[in-house]
Formats: sequence, C-alpha cells, structure tokens
Amino acid sequence: MAKTLLKVEDLTMHYTTRGGDVKAVDRVSFELAEGDSLGLVGESGCGKTSIALTLLRLLPENAKIIDGHVWLNDTDLLALTEDEMRKFRWKRISMVFQAAMNSLNPVYTVGDQIIEALELHIGVMTREEARQRVAELFELVGLDPSLMDRYPHEYSGGMRQRAVIAMALSCNPDLIIADEPTTALDVIVQDRVLRKLEEIQEKLGMSMIYISHDIAVIAEVSNRIAVMYAGQMAEMASSYEIFEHPLHPYTYALMTSFPSIKGRKHKLEPLPGEPPNLISPPSGCRFHPRCWRATEICEKEYPEFKDYGNNHFAACWHPLEKPAAEYLEEA
Amino acid sequence: MPIDRTKPLVQVKDLKKYFPIRGNIFAPVKGQIHAVDGLSFEIMPGKSMGLVGESGCGKTTTGKLLVRLHEPTDGEILIQDLNGNLENIAHRKGKQLKMFRRNVQMIFQDPYESLNPRHTIFDIVSEPLAVQNIGTLAERQERVADLLNVVGLTPAHTFMFRFPHELSGGQRQRVAIARALVIEPNFIVADEPTSMLDVSIRIGVMQLMEDLADRFGVSYLYITHDLAVARYMTDHIGVMYLGKMVERAETEELLQNPLHPYTKALLAATPVPDPRFGRDEIIIKGGVSKPIDPKPRCRFYERCPISDDFCKNNPHPPLEDKGGGHYVACYKV
Repeated sequence: MAKTLLKVEDLTMHYTTRGGDVKAVDRVSFELAEGDSLGLVGESGCGKTSIALTLLRLLPENAKIIDGHVWLNDTDLLALTEDEMRKFRWKRISMVFQAAMNSLNPVYTVGDQIIEALELHIGVMTREEARQRVAELFELVGLDPSLMDRYPHEYSGGMRQRAVIAMALSCNPDLIIADEPTTALDVIVQDRVLRKLEEIQEKLGMSMIYISHDIAVIAEVSNRIAVMYAGQMAEMASSYEIFEHPLHPYTYALMTSFPSIKGRKHKLEPLPGEPPNLISPPSGCRFHPRCWRATEICEKEYPEFKDYGNNHFAACWHPLEKPAAEYLEEA
Repeated sequence: MPIDRTKPLVQVKDLKKYFPIRGNIFAPVKGQIHAVDGLSFEIMPGKSMGLVGESGCGKTTTGKLLVRLHEPTDGEILIQDLNGNLENIAHRKGKQLKMFRRNVQMIFQDPYESLNPRHTIFDIVSEPLAVQNIGTLAERQERVADLLNVVGLTPAHTFMFRFPHELSGGQRQRVAIARALVIEPNFIVADEPTSMLDVSIRIGVMQLMEDLADRFGVSYLYITHDLAVARYMTDHIGVMYLGKMVERAETEELLQNPLHPYTKALLAATPVPDPRFGRDEIIIKGGVSKPIDPKPRCRFYERCPISDDFCKNNPHPPLEDKGGGHYVACYKV
C-alpha cells in the first residue's frame, strides 16, 4: 500500500453557541494514502464540512478543537501556529469550495487571482512566468487560456468551477479537498467537471477528499468512501465494498434511499425520524433512535470504529451480516 | 370530485411563453426569450408526468403556465373542470381564474421561501380555503387537522399553531403538500419538491406524494432535473430542451430506450449510486445557451453529435410518435 499522507486521529470539535455546545465532530479517525481519493458522504449537518475546515484550520472563532490530531506526513496541523499553517495552505493542502461564484473576486480577472495566489505562496516570479503557469493550469482543467483575462461574471457556472479548480492546483498541493464541487451544476456539466477532476488527480498523483451529500457523485469519483452520521464516522471502506456489503445500517439506508436510473427499480425505504440536534445528541451510537437493529447497548455505549478486515471500518454494535443485495431481496 | 376518467385531465396544445428583453423598462424590446416554445402534451386522470431538463430549459415556466402564474403568449391549456368538461384556461381572468384554482395547486421547490414566516401552520394550510371561501372556521380547523395527520405531522394539534421556523425542511415541505391538498385539487404542479431535502427525508416526502396520489386520485406534473427521482414519481417523462419537448415516453421506456441524443446525454451524465455500474461517455459539446430569438432550426443543432446539413437547413423537427407512444423530435432517429 502507498504511503499514508493524511491521518486524522480521534478528532473531536465543538461549536460554542448561545444554545449550548454543538458537538459537530465526535471521535473521527481516518487515513488517506498518497494518490488516493476518499469520498466523505453524509447528510447536511453531519460534520463533513467541519472536518474539511479543520484540516485547513479555517474554522470560525466559535469552534474549539477538544481533542485529536491531524497528521499530514509527520506534521500535526493542529499544533502549528497560524504563520506556519499559512505556509501549508495552498502549497500542501488546498480546497475547492461549494459555491464557485463566491470563491472568485468579481473585480479582478480570473488570471490575476490565480497569479496572486502564486505570488503569495510560491514567491516572486516575473509576470510572463506567472501568466505561463496560469495558461498551463487552464489547459489542465480544460479552459481556453485566452479566458484568463476575463472576469468571473463572464464565465458560466461550469467554467467558474474549473477556474476554481485551476486555482486550487496552482501551487501543486499534495492534497485537495473538494467540498460539494459540483452541487450547483447541471448534470452534463457536473459530469464533465467530475471527469476532469478524476483525470487530473490521476495525472498529477494527488490525493483528493471529495465531500458530498450525494452518494451517487461520491461513488463515481472516489476509491474509498467514508460515511458520516451526526458528527461520527459510521463506516469506511473501498467504494466497491461499501456498495457490495455495507456493515452499518445507516450506510445501507443511505444506499437504498437513493433513487437510481440503473438496475432494478427497488422499493425506496425512508428512514424514520430526522437527523438529531447536535447540541444534545443521542447517547451511545448517535444513530440508535433511527436504527431498526438498535438494542440497549447502542443507547449506552459508543461502538468503536474498528477494522472488520480488508480495511473495512465500521462503528456499529450490530453490523449487517449479509451483502446488501440479499437484504434488498427480502424487502 | 367527479372527473371524466376517459378524457385527459390536462391537455396542452402548442403552448408558448415569450419574455421580452429590454435594456431598461423604457427601452424598446431588444429580443424575445422563447422560454416555452410550442409545447403539446396531455396527462390522463390519476397519471403523473415528469418534466426533466437542465436549468433554463423552460420546465418551471411550463409549470407556472399550467397554474396560470404566467399568462401564455399563445396556445391552449385545457383542464377538466369540476364537471368533467375540458375548459381552456389560458387567458382566464378574475373570478373565472379563481374558480379554476379550486382544481389546480402548486408545490414549490424551496420550503424555506414558500411559507410565510409570520403565519402559523394553520393559517398557511387553511389559506386556500379562506381564498375560496369554503367552510366555517371550525370546519377549516378540522380539515387542516385531518390533513396534517395525513401528511405525517402528528399529533396535528401540536403543529397547528406553530410557525414555519420551528419546523425542519422536511416538515415544511409536508406543510406545503398539505396546503396544496386542502381544497382537494385534481391536479398538482410540483416544482422540484424534494431537491432541497436531505436524502433520508426526501424518500419520505416522495412516498407521501405517491400515497396521496393514489388516495385522492391526484395527478402531478412533476418538474425535476433528476431523472432518477422522476423514475420513481412519474408514469411518463417529457424531456425539455430550450423551450421544446424533444422526447416523451413512458418512464421506463424512456430510461431503457432513449432515442433523442440529448436524452442519451442526460442519462449518461446522471451519476449512478453504485460503482459496479459503468457509464457511457458523453458525446455532446458545449453548454446550454439561452433561447433568445433562436434560429429556425433544431434547438439542439449546435450541440448535437449526429446533426448534419439537413438539420441545419430545416425547422425544428416535430414531435413524432415512433411507436408505442414514444415521441421524439429528431430528424435522425
């Protein structure tokens, strides 16, 4: 197996609010190998974006990290000072945000914004060199280099998202975090952007973390999938394995509640209830109030997130014994 | 409601809606956006039709035309009235329009914006009754309580006098559904009713809408960008592209056997929640343009992988039946 690039250990993070502490991330651990891609999937408020912001140390002021470590190679990102961290951002880790419109400054040309990032993080280069680099980046993401002197409003949604990806790539980072990179795009454009991202990742051998609520998008682009529920890690395995034999009931529920245009038209099963309020989350396994397999122990104790073999992790007291297809057959 | 089940519930004939473009309100008209351009289809009682397409294809405008939130530029909208007669409501006004709305309601995409934050749930759900002047206050309360139970907001009395901000997104969409049903319409236009909801909530709302369709015999025009959702919610699907319907067929037929190159591209681009399925490469070029004074030829010509000079020099192809009620508008099929 390739070298581990990123290792998150027991990360716990709370947001302080007037109503009490929001326990947004609870004992989350995962690893990412060099050149690998991980998809982080879950519903809104499950802590996906909080994890991304923690990795980049871009958390708002009311967030406090209670416990845990984030290792990038041998550096604990959480122990760095702000000045040291600034050297890591863009060069080592960069991010593609959800709303591409808001990540670009409307009063500068797109090219100038990327050049600014280059100058800040890589250092002085001549105007010609910088423009040359931007042109290369544009080619890489499939934009015409002549567009670099245009303003963001002259771009379509898909082009903007590509420009933001070009910017994230500008300093050759080891890791890119893409938070819902295609959520606002139409399917055909989404497909193009996803394929481009996959292609670039393979070509440059970067590691990627994709964050999305859409398990279908995640299934397309990542080798491994991590499923989160209410701030906790529910399950993590290779994409194939997760769909073939999910262990956590929530993973199974997510899959069966996702309509698909392919395959047999199986009955969609809604989950009872709603995601919990994280100010006072359920005790033990946070999924237990909605779980059809829950027993007394689920309410009392948090199940350890452990390896069930073949790098298939799950946190569940009563993991599913059979492949998903067999349960679907019965239902 | 006595409706005639042998006749279409909704019949749209050559429906058009153009929006003028001006530099400012005093400037002369510079051009026309052909948002909906010659749409024809029908929906039988109890059946649901899906309208799919990318943003800007005119699907929401079509929905708004059918509930007459827009007045059509041209064409007919025939809808069965309460006596089972097909009436053209395309240009109705005032009292006549209000009468038509006893029969047709709409559910909007965003439950955070479609509910008045200063009204209680009771006010919101009973408003159609108040507008149509149906029942006494006590009767309305009873009716609203019944419906809240039906849509799964139970016990109803704990929800009646709460405000929208106290409810979650899924609950709000249930309120919107209750409001649409309160006057027992035969036809509901649902514009992306589940696209703002989380996965685990979405299925509940989709199933609720299906159950209600069976129970009350309601037909939906289900507007969505997501073919997978349409697969579960509709009997027929119409695919729109720049104001035109390019393909229409029974849902499974359309998904298994798409004929129009645009439908093929849409299907190929839809992500499948299972890595074991491979997907086809998409072959179309470019992005969606705006239908501003379009050239008199196939709207899809510029992006089409199989277009030729014939497509270039001829008007937009008519929607033709290729057998078994599978309609396609393409010269090359």
